Amino acid sequence: MSSAPTANLFRLPGGLRLPGHKRVSATGALSGVAVPETLTVSLRQHAGTAAQPIVEPGDRVLHGQRIANAEGGFSAHLHAPSSGVVRAIEQRPVPGRANLSVPCIIIDTDGEDARIDDRHAIPNPFALGSRELLDAIGAAGIVGLGGAAFPTLAKLNQASEAGIDTLILNGVECEPFISCDDALMRNRAGEILYGARILMHALGLRQCFVGIESDKPEAWQAFNDAAAVDNNDKLTLVQIPTIYPSGGEDQLVYLLTGREVPSGGFPSDIGALVHNVGTAASVATLALSGMPLTSRIVTVTGDGVAAPGNFEVRFGTPISDLIEAAGGYTERANHLIMGGPMTGIPIEDDAMPVVQKCNCVLVTSRTITENASTEPERPCIRCGECARICPVRLQPQQMHRAFTIGDRDDLPRLGLRDCIECGCCDLVCPSHIPLTQTFRDAKAHQQLQNYERERASRARERYETRQQRDQHRETTEAERLADLKQKASRDAISEILARKKPKEPEQ
Amino acid sequence: MKLARAATPFLKPATGVGAMMREVCLALVPAAILYFLFFGFGILFNIAVCVLACAAFEALALMLRRQPVAVVLSDYSVCLTGVLIAFALPTYLPIYVTFTACAAAVLLGKHVYGGIGYNPFNPAMVGYVVALVSFPIAMSAWLPPGLGDLDYTMPTIGERLAYIFTGNWPAPLTAEAITRATPLDMVRTGLRASETFGEIGNSPMFGTFGGYGWEWVGNGILAGGAWLLYRGIIRWHIPVAVLFGMLAPATLDTLASSGTTPGPAFHLFSGATLLGAFFIATDPVSAATSPRGRLIFGFGIGFTAWAIRTWGGYPDGIAFAVLLWNAAVPLLDRYTAPRIMGHER
Amino acid sequence: MSALTAAAVLGGIAAVSGISLTLAARALPRDEESLTEQIDALLPQTQCAQCGYPGCRPYAEAIAANEVAINRCPPGGSATIEALARLLNRPVIPLEAGMETPPDALAVIDESRCIGCARCLPACPVDAIVGAHQFMHTVVSDLCTGCELCIEPCPVDCIEMVPTEGDA
Repeated sequence: MSSAPTANLFRLPGGLRLPGHKRVSATGALSGVAVPETLTVSLRQHAGTAAQPIVEPGDRVLHGQRIANAEGGFSAHLHAPSSGVVRAIEQRPVPGRANLSVPCIIIDTDGEDARIDDRHAIPNPFALGSRELLDAIGAAGIVGLGGAAFPTLAKLNQASEAGIDTLILNGVECEPFISCDDALMRNRAGEILYGARILMHALGLRQCFVGIESDKPEAWQAFNDAAAVDNNDKLTLVQIPTIYPSGGEDQLVYLLTGREVPSGGFPSDIGALVHNVGTAASVATLALSGMPLTSRIVTVTGDGVAAPGNFEVRFGTPISDLIEAAGGYTERANHLIMGGPMTGIPIEDDAMPVVQKCNCVLVTSRTITENASTEPERPCIRCGECARICPVRLQPQQMHRAFTIGDRDDLPRLGLRDCIECGCCDLVCPSHIPLTQTFRDAKAHQQLQNYERERASRARERYETRQQRDQHRETTEAERLADLKQKASRDAISEILARKKPKEPEQ
Repeated sequence: MKLARAATPFLKPATGVGAMMREVCLALVPAAILYFLFFGFGILFNIAVCVLACAAFEALALMLRRQPVAVVLSDYSVCLTGVLIAFALPTYLPIYVTFTACAAAVLLGKHVYGGIGYNPFNPAMVGYVVALVSFPIAMSAWLPPGLGDLDYTMPTIGERLAYIFTGNWPAPLTAEAITRATPLDMVRTGLRASETFGEIGNSPMFGTFGGYGWEWVGNGILAGGAWLLYRGIIRWHIPVAVLFGMLAPATLDTLASSGTTPGPAFHLFSGATLLGAFFIATDPVSAATSPRGRLIFGFGIGFTAWAIRTWGGYPDGIAFAVLLWNAAVPLLDRYTAPRIMGHER
Repeated sequence: MSALTAAAVLGGIAAVSGISLTLAARALPRDEESLTEQIDALLPQTQCAQCGYPGCRPYAEAIAANEVAINRCPPGGSATIEALARLLNRPVIPLEAGMETPPDALAVIDESRCIGCARCLPACPVDAIVGAHQFMHTVVSDLCTGCELCIEPCPVDCIEMVPTEGDA
């Protein structure tokens, strides 16, 4: 084990030093939230295809029992967060960009929280082969707990196919207000390193970085202590400067290795695999107890709740229960956000359930989080500040102009799809233009357009092929007719001649 | 419980266009005070007239375009345009010329393109150049600074006001008797008459580096520019590149001619060099927007202005250089975009 | 003298640019082909023939030859007209009177009523209907452009246009 000084890091272009607001919730304490009477387990909480339910209304389920199967290679299994009876499988609103209703399994809990008994610890994971370990991780329904809920098995498969050399554990958690990873790292550093060891073994990796942001001294200390016990010489702890968004996957890879994830690609394309510390902890839990992923740590914070803190909560618990556990709303509560203030998703209704990607529930008043969109928006004055702080070196001012003026074909050249939607540009824009939201819209627009173009080009191809075929048929038909005619006429002549010829000698 | 909904990010933006523009205006206060001390009340009068006239023209344009007048005026951009025009114009000028400059700046330079953010050219320079080519005599009639030891009686405030409002100096004063060539003009005509820069520089109109008085105004502008850099309202690329673009050829030229042509110090403190580098070329709307583009843009302005001063028909060239390079901005923006992370060059 | 110089310089510039432009025009391919391509790329490829031409490509050729207005494509609607207007530098005009942009829809065959007559097969401009005589037909929904050309030939009216979902 070694602790690398931050000086070895590569320098990220752009980024912002943001007020952390972390101390509000980061006390190091980790509280539980009571299992609610009803759990609403979304079948679509991970990235990728929705899971397919394998239980029916009326079925009794136990904590940890599989209730839905992954659908295809880019999906994840789901397990019952507690014991009870399936009431229904129906559409429910869940937190998301569009706050759409998605199919959910509704479980009436029985309060016993009885565990399923067919799940066992893996006493020596290092005796298992790569495939067995990956399958076990997949079977436990583990997904990335950083915020995208990317199915871990899919990520590991991708990495093992691509051939990688470096595992990076992401403990940066750069977004203000959020401290769930901090709480996890302070309390379970040993488990995280154990999980990292298993992941390294599973992929045969020789190098592991753990990136921890410099504003988390307690977590840093906990990791140094744990690493001394873990005694893993392939492990390097690295302190990352507190600059948002250093915790973005591609950003962290660049900071640590100087390698740039190619546009539209993944870290595995450049030999790196990034997992959130929470994912490593889930892997450790699986090995130590055999339990699949059914809960996570959620930060409840902001000046809109009375007692901010970090809570271990089962998936499917209503957000309102979480608020209750944090002392309830204060009078100032005005906005409810799933995630942080930079990339979070606004939520209208706190009856929605906690999902896998819910790392934080932020409740704020208007005063400290006044949104850009509440100030008058003015035309862009091209000051270029947004480009100066863009962590992927985009030029938001040019993209915004291309989008609003209608020259949308220029957007791919300007790197629209490379935008990580970190929100930095909004914060420095003196014209208070909601840039990030514009780019989200533009991306959706682009996707639709690409889909339509693809359809159109397929239709064009089929139409042209058909035209050619028709033409070919026509010409061959015409040729055949002409041929027949010619043949017919030639035959007729020769027949006449033939008829005549034998007569000649007779004459 | 139902809560309000809005898109992230939720943190408050640090600054606003209005605050930025206001600060740029305030950064010119030291220069304005020095200007007033050396050249009399004309600059203050110019600032007042130009700001009011520009604001009035902008309000008119906004009303015609059916835009919210109060909201747009509160961005202070038109105030800055007015202040810059006031600094660019001669200290005493018939008021209709001032009005022409303001009208051209706001209407022709800004609102015909759609207002702030859409103007390809620097509005203040459009106004200045329109006035310069329309009223060349009035626009080159500068009063010298109050020197005392010059063989010259300064006109009284009443006489100056009479000139401003009527366009004629009250008898027995004449324009020839009142006005003096600016240092840049003197250098131009002097060099053409085969004098050396050293000879020209002996005139009491000259101070240590540039024109007497003018160099002090330059210091004031420099201080304001430094403040804007410190505050992050402008970035270093354009001012540095403008100064380099002008001073590098000036240095080479003066070395090659063994000091008979004006050196970098004179160019730095004469005419609109410092105002141009820190306050005019840095207008974000009409400047290039990428760092490399800004370096090229700035260098181009500096070099072009030096070339105009050296070989051109006008004593100063900042305004023309800025407008020329404004026109090149879309091209610069396109070809100097930074390499996006994860992209090949 | 200076007037002569000026005339010579200007004349020189004119001659040089004239010659180079002529050479460029000769060297570069004639634009008509690529113009048709560009127009075709902007058309929705529904192949519905509502414009009066047998498909999108023929309509594109007609537009390139300046034989027909750019406002005769109902499925493309105003977006297509705007795109064409921009490409061809023509004014934006509303859709031809009497034409109406249909909602996004796909043809669906009610398979219980299909008699297997195969008359809809040749009507489909993109071969999106599969089937054979005496066998039930079906529309491959991924390939259907929603042109409605199969509706008319069906003797038992078993083909219906079903609006597509928003997320399709």
